[in-house]
Amino acid sequence: MDWGAIFSNAAVELISPTTAAYALAALGLAVHFGYTGLLNFGQAGFMALGAYGYAISILTFGFPVWGAFLVGVGASVVFALILGIPTLRLRADYLAIVTIAAAEIVRLLFTTNTFASVTGSANGLSGYKNEFAALNPLAEGSYGFGPFQNNAYDTWLRIVAWSIVILAALLVWQVMRSPWGRVIKGIREDEDAVRALGKNVYAYKMQSLIFGGVLGTIAGMIFALPRAVVPSNYQTTLTFFIYAILLLGGAATVLGPIIGSMIFWVLLSFFSGFVARAVEAGWLPFMTAIQGGQLRFILVGVAIMLIVIFRPQGIFGNKKELAFVR
Amino acid sequence: MSANAGPQGSAAPLEPPVPTQKPIKTTGLHIGEAEPGCAKVDPILVVDNVRRTFGGLTAVDVAHVEVPRGAITALIGPNGAGKTTLFNLLTGFDKPDDGKWTFDGRSLAGVPAYRVARMGQIRTFQLTKALGLLTVMDNMLLGAKDQTGENMFRALMPFLWRSQEEENRAKALDLLTRFKLDTKKDDYAASLSGGQRKLLEMARALMSDPTLVMLDEPMAGVNPALTQSLLDHILNLKSQGMTVLFVEHDMHMVRHIADWVIVMAEGKVVAEGDPHEVMKNPAVIDAYLGQHHDEDIGEDQSTEAENVSAIKELLDDER
Repeated sequence: MDWGAIFSNAAVELISPTTAAYALAALGLAVHFGYTGLLNFGQAGFMALGAYGYAISILTFGFPVWGAFLVGVGASVVFALILGIPTLRLRADYLAIVTIAAAEIVRLLFTTNTFASVTGSANGLSGYKNEFAALNPLAEGSYGFGPFQNNAYDTWLRIVAWSIVILAALLVWQVMRSPWGRVIKGIREDEDAVRALGKNVYAYKMQSLIFGGVLGTIAGMIFALPRAVVPSNYQTTLTFFIYAILLLGGAATVLGPIIGSMIFWVLLSFFSGFVARAVEAGWLPFMTAIQGGQLRFILVGVAIMLIVIFRPQGIFGNKKELAFVR
Repeated sequence: MSANAGPQGSAAPLEPPVPTQKPIKTTGLHIGEAEPGCAKVDPILVVDNVRRTFGGLTAVDVAHVEVPRGAITALIGPNGAGKTTLFNLLTGFDKPDDGKWTFDGRSLAGVPAYRVARMGQIRTFQLTKALGLLTVMDNMLLGAKDQTGENMFRALMPFLWRSQEEENRAKALDLLTRFKLDTKKDDYAASLSGGQRKLLEMARALMSDPTLVMLDEPMAGVNPALTQSLLDHILNLKSQGMTVLFVEHDMHMVRHIADWVIVMAEGKVVAEGDPHEVMKNPAVIDAYLGQHHDEDIGEDQSTEAENVSAIKELLDDER
């Protein structure tokens, strides 16, 4: 068994753009769920809007990178408004139902053949990377060391992705320690009490929905850059993986989603490599290679269950917050 | 008997809590006879034809009532009289079927709850709404009005709101000291006792310098020792120039601190008056005793029965 390859493949995920994308999407969800108490089950929809908004703007309309970026962000603001206007006045669980349905509607709209000329239907879109690669200031060559060795484009992508994650984390950290964040956390605890103190709860919830949604959208763009945009990537399972990351790291924390995403992807890659090689080596005679590919999700699920059982506040969560069960 | 005095017949009956200071009653609040809907010399809140139905049940149907400014007004009535519903309507937390009401001369019909609060009419809740996973200090700071840093974009620039935050913090600390919660300021509000949460909710309401404070059952579930300090705090509100309207079941407390009493029954205002006079009003006795006149209430510990025994006791006191 090649342990070195297993560990080095797992280590690659530590700073991969996909990990950054999941971290950013989980950060958006932390704003929604951890800080404001909004049950958004449609983060995959926000990500899809980012990915498609970026790809379509470049491929169909020939926009520059910044224009495509703004289109994606604009689309997610509109999406958040459409979701929020009817539901934010209602009880929290309505938002959960509406967001999960809306995210599916978005995915199916991108899948349907009617718009195949623009969206590429089920095959999705590709070939939108040149514009981003053209901005790369790095010379051709190889950068980094060990498992983190990458070519110029991949290094550039990692630098941009993680810079955005760090910037977003600082932004969330700053607003959550401001009076604005205090109102937001108050709404999570009891929105009627906050309303009785003269705060426009509806407007605050809308701002939070848009803010977290935009983070999810930017995450969708980062997610799309190392691969093609395929609608099946944006199923509800994506939202649930992001929730798993959020709970792993700690729901109302800034570092939680980022470290949670790293742990999630390193574990996933480790189990994937381990199971594949174990099947090859005949350690699991009852299993085919295809079944082995699915086993990793079971193992990740068990690992997350153990963390949630033995550390329910997540890695960075405050234990004291759990001492009071409401 | 106070609602917290424990089962009757226990060893030593507890004295009903009284404020440490002798309350100075405000008199001469009304014009003409003290009857339901009578005019006040200086009303702060005027309610006209406010009606709220839940299906076939008319919870509130108030023809006219005025709340006097600068006084402590108690809103009493048996359970289901519509006191809390009226509170919710007046503060924008519920919408009436029709009717209009004004606060300080401004119409409040259709005004959302948060805007009502900004006008200076702050309420508390019957079931205390302390924000559990925020610290006591954060709870207090949330009460302050017109905070620059509560705008999302200005929140990103701390230099814009830091000085205001410091002022609010000093004010909050001052209030917390008065309410004897200053040692708890960095604890989660969830760790406070029920009575301390009531105190916190009242202190938080004062952060915005309200003109009218509406307290929904401020004494419910508070132990007698704390009741006394709560009574003092309510009296202090008046001496600081605020108007207080509160819902209460504890008749002793009502009689001790209220300057004016409004009695509701079955959604309507059935009597108004000075706390000593209003207890003798036949409409009030009917409202409380009418439901129970042929029941033995001796061992019954329900709130209703306590009201009945309390009012009987008060009638005896008055003679």
